[in-house]
Order: sequence, then structure tokens, then C-alpha cells
Amino acid sequence: MTADEMNARIRAVIGEHARLAVDAKALGDDSNLYDAGMTSHASVNLMLGLESSFDIEFPERMLRRRAFESVSAIRAALVELTGSGG
Amino acid sequence: MESPQSPGASPRTLIARAQRIAVEVAGPAADSVDREARFPAESIEALRKEKLLSALVPVELGGEEASVAEISGICLALGQRCASAGMVYAMHTIQVACIVRHGSAAPFFRRYMSEALVEKQELLASATTELGVGGDVRTSICAVQVEGDHFRLEKNAPVISYGQNADAILVTSRRAPDAVSSDQVISLVRKPECTLEPTSGWDTLGFRGTCSLGFKLSARAHKDQILPQPYADISQQTMLPVSHIVWSSLWLGIATDAVNRARAFVRQEARKKPGFIPPNSLRLAEVVSVLQGFRANVQDSVEDYQRRLADPESLGSIGFALRMNNLKIAASQLVVQIVSAAMQIVGITGYRLDSKYTLGRHLRDAYGAALMVNNDRILGANASMLLVLKDD
Repeated sequence: MTADEMNARIRAVIGEHARLAVDAKALGDDSNLYDAGMTSHASVNLMLGLESSFDIEFPERMLRRRAFESVSAIRAALVELTGSGG
Repeated sequence: MESPQSPGASPRTLIARAQRIAVEVAGPAADSVDREARFPAESIEALRKEKLLSALVPVELGGEEASVAEISGICLALGQRCASAGMVYAMHTIQVACIVRHGSAAPFFRRYMSEALVEKQELLASATTELGVGGDVRTSICAVQVEGDHFRLEKNAPVISYGQNADAILVTSRRAPDAVSSDQVISLVRKPECTLEPTSGWDTLGFRGTCSLGFKLSARAHKDQILPQPYADISQQTMLPVSHIVWSSLWLGIATDAVNRARAFVRQEARKKPGFIPPNSLRLAEVVSVLQGFRANVQDSVEDYQRRLADPESLGSIGFALRMNNLKIAASQLVVQIVSAAMQIVGITGYRLDSKYTLGRHLRDAYGAALMVNNDRILGANASMLLVLKDD
């Protein structure tokens, strides 16, 4: 998977689960999702959505607010877990 | 009754000072504070004189840089004699912790710590909940409106504990009028900078001395009085864990005093007939064991928090949030369980209001624990976090 494909897929999961005040497609890679309206509850749904879409499991050490704060932060976590898409 | 016990942390001078106040001032005033639902003014004045309102402030700013273990010990000592005074101290300390951890780089807050907290021993209250958000403190409707060097803020707060007696209030709100509801900041407003219009009273079953009235708050203050970090971080790293630790510590104080009363009662029974073991001594043995587990949970959580202080990222982890939430849930249930068991042991003498073994106030205070930040809300958050948390 290329970096662009991965970003697009991350944005699709964000669009479905993060319940933002803005369109996920219009988000910059570094835009802060929490500032865009993602609540703690929605962030858990986003994590679940990402686990399902990428068929991975986030280990405990990644379950931190900062790891899910932007498209690029999420991509970094996924790359670390899957070893691709960087 | 025995003198208040230290929490197991080494009984250093801060805790010893609080124990003296608990025994000499807070305890003797507790019945009148409870009966009249009045602010525990004499206890707070005594804490001021001992400089305990600035215990957490760094040494370089004139404070004593107390550890959370010491603050926990102070709350435990006060909770044994007057839960309302203990709760006022606990809530004040939560606000101080937020300023110490998140405002130490900001000139206004450094000055506030040395001049207002250390020298004047000012008392801080907080306005986190808001009418219309359904008790979710991570959501605000009101927003700070910055105009030039100042900001305006209006908040309809269903509860500001001891708002009328505090010198300043920390208020949560949205960062700006166009910010989303979870994009929040905390501002400090001093009494002369705000007006408080009471909207509800405080005539409750327990914790009657916290005077947690509702208010319409209107403030205008300098924009430097907005804490620089987002409330999201302050809440996760400091406000939530410190709240759950200090509340649990003072609930442990209520439970400890109830058990001490039960012990004194059983001892007195045993002295009447030496050699005969009173039947309620088995119940006493049982409740002492539950109390020991409660104390261990508080101590362990304090240690975990202190270990993580050097690593703010770890304070923001789901595993830690879950753990602190679990402390609150367990402590708020155990305090009711333990005080009820003590009542069973002491029997009708504990049910009486005019006996030295009375447990009425303890029981009424204990029931507040599960309701202040409702346990069901916390369990809901835990249920959600458990969906992604793995044991590893």
C-alpha cells in the first residue's frame, strides 16, 4: 500500500467514526482531530475502526491521545505495526 | 477514638500539621458544619495559618513542593474528622495541581503561585460543569471571548463548590467562540473580576459544608489568566488522576474513622466481660480487612501516579485513565460498604445521633461519593476504553 492509499483509507475511517465538525477529506495530514471535534468516546470508535480496516491491533503502549491526533500520527502508528505504507 | 492515621507514606511534617488541625479544629466543628450546612471556615483558616493551601507549590516559588502522597495523607487526616473540610481542601488542591503542572512556565501563574497562593493562602474553587452539557465536563457551551488584552466569559454553572468563600475560580470553557465543544481551556478569575449570581442552594444529605451552590458566573480578566495548555491535556494528566486520588483519600478517611468508632465500641464491650469475645468482633475483623484493601488501593494508585509524573505521555494513556477511574469506583463503593458494616457492629448506639459512637454523618457523607461524578458515567467510559485495551 502506498502512503497516499494509506492516507485515503485512514481518512475514510476518520470520516466514518471520528464524528468531526468538518469533512474528513478536507483535513490536512497534520490537522488535529481533537481540535476538529473528536471526543474521547469517538476516538475509541476510531481506534476500533482502524483495527478492523487494517486488520491490526494497537498495543497498549500506543493507546494514547497523541497517537490518534492526526492523519500523519495514525499513519506513523500503522507503519510501525505493519511495516508498510511509509 | 484513636488519632488519625497516616496513609502509610512516611508521616512527614505536612501530614502531622494536618492531623493536628483535624483533631483540634475540624473535628470539634464538624457537627455544626454539618447541621448548619455552613462553610468550614475555622478549618480552612487553620489550614491557611499552617500554609497548607500552598503545599503543592514548588519550593522555588515559596511552597513546599508536597508529593501527591503527602496531599493524600492530608486529605485522609481531614476526612477522618470533617469530610466537608477535607473535600474543600481536596478540591482546592486539584486546582493548585493544575496550575503547578501546567502553568509553571507562564509568568502570570508563577506570580499567582508565589503571591496569591503562598503569601495570601488564597482558596481556589472550580467551575467545570455547565448547564446543558449533561454533566460531561469535557464539553463546554460557553467560550472565552478575547478582546484586546482581556477576555470575557459567562458560564451557567450548576455547581461551584464553596464559590462564595473562594478567592478565585478556575473555569473551563471553549477556547474561542468558533471552537468545537471539546476544544477547551481553563481560565483563572479572581473574585473582584467576576460576579456570581446564585441559581440554586445546597441542602443535601451529606457533604453539607461544601456549599456547592449553582451560579451564573460573569467574568472579565486578562488573557494571561488563561492556562496555556489545552484542557484536554490538563484533564487527562492532572485533573482526573489527582481528583480521584484526593477524593478516594478523604473517603478512606471517612471509612477509617467509622471503623475506629466500631473498634472502640467493641473494645468497650469486651472490657465489660473479659475473656468473652463479643460476637460483633468477627464483623469487626471482617471490615478491618476490607479497609486494609481500600487503603492499599489508594496507596498503590498514588505510587503509580507518582511514577508516571516524569512521563506526561504515559499519564495520557488509556490504561492509566482506566486505572484511576477504577480507583474512584472502588473507593466510592467501599466507603458506603465499610460505614454500613461499622453501623451494623455498633448497632443502635451508632444509629443514635447523641452517642459518641454515632455514624449518621459518616453514612450520609459516604453516599455522596458514588454520585459526585456519577459512577455510571465513569463505568461507561471504562466500558468504551476496554474495547481497545489489551493486556500486554
